[in-house]
Amino acid sequence: MNLAAEAHQASGVAGAAWLLLVLPAVGAAVLLLGGRRTDKWGHLLGSGTVIAAFVYGVILFFDTKSLPAEGRVANLHVFDWISVNSLDVEFGLRIDPLSLTFVLLITGVGSLIHIYSIGYMSDDRDRRRFFAYLNLFVSAMLLLVLGNSFVTLYFGWEGVGLASYLLIGWYQGKNFAATAAKKAFLMNRVGDVGLALAIFLMFKNIGSTQYDVVFAEIGKQSTGVVVAIGILLLLGACGKSGQFPLQAWLPDAMAGPTPVSALIHAATMVTAGVYLIARSSPLYSLPQAEDARFVVMIIGAVTLVIGCIIGCAYDDFKKVLAYSTVSQIGYMILAVGLGPAGYALGILHLLTHGFFKAGLFLGAGSVMHGMNDEGDIRRLGGLARKMPITFVTWTLGYLALIGFPFLSGYFSKDAIIAAAFGAHGTRGWVFGGIALLGAGLTAFYMTRLLILVFLGKPRWENLKSEDGRAYHPHESGPTMTIPMIILAVGSVAGGAILSGLLPAWLEPSVGELVETHGPLNHTVVSILTVGISLIGAAIAFAIFGRREQPVTRPQRVSFPVRAARADLYGNHLNEALFSRPGVWLTRFLVFVDNRGVDGLVNGIAAGLGGSSGRLRRLQTGFVRSYALSMLGGSILVIAALLMVRFA
Amino acid sequence: MTPTYYLLLSALLFTIGAVGVLVRRNAIVVFMCVELMLNAVNLSLVTFARINGSLSGQIMAFFVMVVAAAEVVIGLAIIMSIFRTRRTASVDDSNLLKY
Repeated sequence: MNLAAEAHQASGVAGAAWLLLVLPAVGAAVLLLGGRRTDKWGHLLGSGTVIAAFVYGVILFFDTKSLPAEGRVANLHVFDWISVNSLDVEFGLRIDPLSLTFVLLITGVGSLIHIYSIGYMSDDRDRRRFFAYLNLFVSAMLLLVLGNSFVTLYFGWEGVGLASYLLIGWYQGKNFAATAAKKAFLMNRVGDVGLALAIFLMFKNIGSTQYDVVFAEIGKQSTGVVVAIGILLLLGACGKSGQFPLQAWLPDAMAGPTPVSALIHAATMVTAGVYLIARSSPLYSLPQAEDARFVVMIIGAVTLVIGCIIGCAYDDFKKVLAYSTVSQIGYMILAVGLGPAGYALGILHLLTHGFFKAGLFLGAGSVMHGMNDEGDIRRLGGLARKMPITFVTWTLGYLALIGFPFLSGYFSKDAIIAAAFGAHGTRGWVFGGIALLGAGLTAFYMTRLLILVFLGKPRWENLKSEDGRAYHPHESGPTMTIPMIILAVGSVAGGAILSGLLPAWLEPSVGELVETHGPLNHTVVSILTVGISLIGAAIAFAIFGRREQPVTRPQRVSFPVRAARADLYGNHLNEALFSRPGVWLTRFLVFVDNRGVDGLVNGIAAGLGGSSGRLRRLQTGFVRSYALSMLGGSILVIAALLMVRFA
Repeated sequence: MTPTYYLLLSALLFTIGAVGVLVRRNAIVVFMCVELMLNAVNLSLVTFARINGSLSGQIMAFFVMVVAAAEVVIGLAIIMSIFRTRRTASVDDSNLLKY
């Protein structure tokens, strides 16, 4: 089964696709090298380069769209990167519907968030450096999606990891931000090891990592190799996308500024794992890869439930949204794990999620900007009147996320749930049921957030923020509200437009969307999903909407809430499984090193020193004793000679 | 006259010289004992030359004398300079490589 269309050499507009990478990279370089001299116009340059990349992306999109479907996959050779004997890695770009979709998402949402950051970061004296990092991120992310081999993808993959680290630790003076940045970086490394091993396996068994070659040859490999590569790629995806068991870094990453959370930790970077699996669709679609795909589905399903449950218990505005992101990416991973029935649906949900989750985060940022950076939802409340634009745009994003009929989440999430029910046998019921349950929980925690932040009585009126100021909530300026409005429009209309067009558009990249016919048809699933979401929202209203909520979080709570507040013990699990054995191993090695290796070396040295100290006593300095020893020696030698001769 | 007596005398002289080197402290006396040992050896060389009727032993004795003469020149000079710096010629007092 040949899923992907043949690639041809890029020419014309596509021939300049390297501009996409270079534009933001130049912005980052100028801002980082230019230093304080660029402070005045740094944010304009940073935003300008990304907007320029977006404009070029749109031109490229229409250029590619004008071609016939078979001709939409293009390779662009940029330069020979590594050429050593038989190892030959070219630095090339692949311009096809999948990468173009991502280019538009990254540069589009990226542009909006750059504009938003101009307002959001206006008080920060290092705003220029912030834009430099954002540009660096955009460039690396574009390399990740545009690269035509797994090695170029890995290059971008590490680049976004670096940018993410720099931006999570933006408030480096605060301890928790520095720790969160380190945690994110280290947990990403765990996943990266998986991706690196997958690349090594490709080099060893196929001899190349270029997509065309790998996907043409992978079918000839043994089942073991295919499953191993599939699972190692999944490990990489788990690290980058905050999937079980590596989900714990993503909520902590909210220590970064809100635009970062919106761009990197909601809309683009964390979806790289979904991209990776969708990009590797020819591998996962193989019959040999059945087991790998099953693992992908399990990871997706487990993560989506974990994310929802923890999201219900947190009181931090951004962390709830972060767990919501974890859970929505779980949906996407579940979708791409379904195989040909789900690749396009996963990408569709990724796009709609990119819109509404970025909008939700920007809304959260706008609230925090107006409320002295207060992120504890128990200290907010009743903000709908104070911030009408934020409220309306946020509510539209909220409705889109919970899958309100005919908003974007309705089209993408329902499709995934229906496709999950379509998996054959009991799998369909299990995965479909989990996805359906997740929809209900999503509606519950999002409604809780809506009520606690925007509705009800204002609980902040008699409180002061940490720095001792009273709260004076106000609507944010136009650089912040305009991106929010655009994203809200996207979250309302995006699903309806994209769900019809996207599967056909992506066909040259991920293959044809296979319709599945599960035990429940699409209409029934839709009705069920909407029904369960409404029930979830209604329960949230009943619990949080009718009673006055305490300003501090209640301490006497039932076990599930306690477990959820402790991240369902995800950190404990990681600590017990990876961290502590690592510490023990290190201690053991240190002991062996100190006592064993050092002991041996020091022992030899001490022995030599001691014995030479004793030997030194022989050297008295008295000539006559030397003469005596010479005499004695001579007598011995002569005696020996005589013995030999006459004995 | 049997050559054995010469050899016995040579052994006696050598022994006196060796013991002198070992037991005496004065550098001049030690030096003289060294000379005694050398000449004891010369005596035995000459004796063996006589016994074997070959000249090589005598020639070797000449060599020893030449070397001994050269050695006396240098040795006395060293003893002189040691005496000048330390006001003593005892070999036990000069037990350091660097003074």
